[in-house]
Amino acid sequence: MGSIADIHEKLVTKQVSCTELTKSYLEEIEKANTALNAYVCVTGEEALDTAAAVDKKIAAGEEIGMLEGVPMALKDNMSTKGIETTCCSKILTGYKPIFDAAVWEKLKAQNAVLLGKTNMDEFAMGSSCETSYFGGAMNPFDVNHVAGGSSGGAASAVGGNIAAYGLGSDTGGSIRQPAAFCGVVGLKPTYGAVSRYGLIAYGSSLDQIGPITKSVEDASIVYDAIAGADRRDSTSVGAKNGPTYPQLNNDIAGLKIGIAREYLDGVRDDVKEAVLAAAKVYESLGAQIVYFDLPILKFALPVYYIIACAEASSNLGRYDGIRYGYKTAHYNGTHDMICRTRSEGFGGEVQRRILLGTYVLSAGYYDAYYKKATDLRGTIIKAFNNAFENCDVILAPTVPMTAFEKGHATSDPVETYLTDICTVPVNIAGLPGVSVPCGFNAKGMPIGMQLIGKSFDESTILNAAYRYQLAAPENFKDTKWGVKL
Amino acid sequence: MTYELVSGFETHIELSTKTKIFCGCTTQFGGEPNTHCCPVCIGLPGTLPVLNKEVVRFAIKAGLAVHGRIADVAKMDRKNYCYPDLAKAYQISQLYAPLIIGGYIELSNGRRIRLHHIHIEEDAGKLIHRHGDTYVDYNRGGVPLIEIVSEPDIRSVDEAKEYVEKLQQVMRWVGISDCKMQEGSMRCDVNISVRPKGTEAFGTRTEIKNMNSITNIARAMEYEYERQVDLIESGGKVIQETLRFDDATGTTSSMRSKEDAHDYRYFRDPDLVTIHVPREEVEALRAEMPELPSEKFERYTEDYGIPEKDAALLTKYRSISEYFDSAIEGVKSPKTVSNFIIGQIFRRVETEADKEIFDVAVKPAQLNELVKLLDSGKIRNNLAKSTLEKMLDSGKGALEFISESDMGGVDEAALLELCKAAVEGNPKAVEDYKNGKEKAIKALVGNVMKNSRGKADARAAEEKIAELIRNA
Repeated sequence: MGSIADIHEKLVTKQVSCTELTKSYLEEIEKANTALNAYVCVTGEEALDTAAAVDKKIAAGEEIGMLEGVPMALKDNMSTKGIETTCCSKILTGYKPIFDAAVWEKLKAQNAVLLGKTNMDEFAMGSSCETSYFGGAMNPFDVNHVAGGSSGGAASAVGGNIAAYGLGSDTGGSIRQPAAFCGVVGLKPTYGAVSRYGLIAYGSSLDQIGPITKSVEDASIVYDAIAGADRRDSTSVGAKNGPTYPQLNNDIAGLKIGIAREYLDGVRDDVKEAVLAAAKVYESLGAQIVYFDLPILKFALPVYYIIACAEASSNLGRYDGIRYGYKTAHYNGTHDMICRTRSEGFGGEVQRRILLGTYVLSAGYYDAYYKKATDLRGTIIKAFNNAFENCDVILAPTVPMTAFEKGHATSDPVETYLTDICTVPVNIAGLPGVSVPCGFNAKGMPIGMQLIGKSFDESTILNAAYRYQLAAPENFKDTKWGVKL
Repeated sequence: MTYELVSGFETHIELSTKTKIFCGCTTQFGGEPNTHCCPVCIGLPGTLPVLNKEVVRFAIKAGLAVHGRIADVAKMDRKNYCYPDLAKAYQISQLYAPLIIGGYIELSNGRRIRLHHIHIEEDAGKLIHRHGDTYVDYNRGGVPLIEIVSEPDIRSVDEAKEYVEKLQQVMRWVGISDCKMQEGSMRCDVNISVRPKGTEAFGTRTEIKNMNSITNIARAMEYEYERQVDLIESGGKVIQETLRFDDATGTTSSMRSKEDAHDYRYFRDPDLVTIHVPREEVEALRAEMPELPSEKFERYTEDYGIPEKDAALLTKYRSISEYFDSAIEGVKSPKTVSNFIIGQIFRRVETEADKEIFDVAVKPAQLNELVKLLDSGKIRNNLAKSTLEKMLDSGKGALEFISESDMGGVDEAALLELCKAAVEGNPKAVEDYKNGKEKAIKALVGNVMKNSRGKADARAAEEKIAELIRNA
């Protein structure tokens, strides 16, 4: 466990050089990626260049940072200067940004070793990673199961040990859900904690970047590194309460953990049992479990799909084939060119959400759908604020089930939308949430639980998650894939 | 039946901030295509807008200039439509919570054209059609605009022209835009309908898009008024549609009907935070506001007795009024200054562009000095006039052309001596005057003026001469 600290220790004590380490990751990617399909672009050359620079520093006796020289991966919706960034969509094939996303700027400045860009649902729209133009990423616990979505590639890569950590983005669960499916840790920070500059937008008022890691302390380390206000993102305010890492391992005796009954409705038994078992673990650690009702949760899914699709329909309007990316080969005039480009360039799920979003914003429907959804959003925020009057964190399942089998999610989109029930409320309310492995089902597929905190209270949920990890290490299992340190 | 024209305007004005509304690119007009651009203003994926605070300040100034109310809280919305010159496929604008509410423009006939609101937004790029291909230039994309939306209060083409001129005047005055219609930094959409005179209900309106000169606005409105009246008179109905004006033929034609109208799907832009306008900032801007043209006009006409026509000329551009204000400091009659400016200086400033700058050879302080010489009686009007011409030629001050001996006038004793000399030296004229030829005295006064080299007061001389002859 604690892979980032382990790697850092090995580099500093010269047990392994950064170049050797990077090479072993690149070799394992080559071996595993055919099955996992976690990476859609591998940046070996850049990785080795950075590794060489880090080795030079170590050789010169210079001190290196915790993330320096640690091989990692970025979800393919984060802009990387000169490196193709496609959102796993045909429409952005060939697009190489001319600037770096704010998060990558920060990590690059710390000599993070970028192994490549990870697979995702097209434009982050999906729950299985299978809407990716490059095909879905597979689950390292069983490649007949999906890695989840939309940050499936990152979760698969981390679970499969072909990246020490990855950055994902979470609009309605896209970090936490694949983390739960792949048996790893995923943190969706408070809206505004991490700059969105350079993150290719899906639902701008919901999107947030966060880490997918092997352990809770890794999530804390990476979160601390990427959080911060950015004047290029007006909605960013940074981590208001300072770094989380020094807050880990605080005593949780007396911590009030709330469980909203509605979060357990319709959840599969094995998942429910695992989450309730985790509650027992917390009780044994001195925490207090309080049950409460959050009836407003039944509106969370429609509110989420209306707001996310409305924003997406506007955000994705710019892909018209004129300036970058895919452009249709044959057309008759500008209008026809744009229509054909978009019809050919976007996949089915993206087109469905653009249509939905366009509909809910249309004259005559705006009040009935979009306005109602934004009003309800305010009500949901208030309901969470009220809930936090009586508890410090909320414990819930991350997903009502374990990883879907291959092809299952794409057959019925609405049924798949329903599986986002546990993750979307956090995005609607802008709250932080972390998914932590809390068990396995009969087939050995991981189960995830979610700890939800107050705004900007990442410290408390990460500390609670960390205490759980120490108490139940058996739930943090490794897979057969990748680099063994 | 006589019909009344009803019209409302939507006026776009480009703000002359140094940088664009959501990024640091220059707002300079022209430039090689796509050189005043960055990832933000061409809407590259992942970029985010950051509101330029200067745009808010400029818009507040515009609002104060038209007596609008500055909102405490304003928000930015997205106006979605797909066109190649709009890089994000949405324009960031304001619908639900604009920055300025209300306001008005007062016309010379005393009518007030009320404003509905003023909002801030970004401009789009431009399409260039060449050799059968279409190219896009995004230099203008993201240039800040305000849109001034009036109520349908305009009742004639002349009112419309004056409304646009007044807007142009006041926006230039407060320094927020150059309002050059030919360069597109001011553009109008004209809404127009007609109704039988004396009735209340509005007729169906049409909207003429993108008018770029006052002349064309007048032409288009006249044409559209006639067209709508003819249509109604012949039993037809005006249909709500968007029109374009053809400069060459002077006619309007349909761009799109109401059914084809865009559905812009406005919604709050999630990338931008609520704009809070602190009252202190508004008050600070209010304190910095120059005296407005309407206020100056009132002062000139009411306090100084300057004719309205002249006051209008003096307040057409801020630079002229500032010149005037500085030239009248401490003078007895501001009207004299106004006469010099309009009668003489204006003849040297031919174009409107030069009038707007009003950088003339004679500085206000120099004109002030000249008028004060006149005020004190040291020089006479004729000499002042001719001196001003010399000053305008050379840029030199009045004292360069007026010698000590020209000044000081002629005192009582000297005047008496001069008059005596004139009477004694011109017996013929004296005789004629005595015989009832009143005009003959003019020759005697002329003699005094000549011998005093223009310094003598002609009227005083005439009185003195008449008295001498009577008493002889």
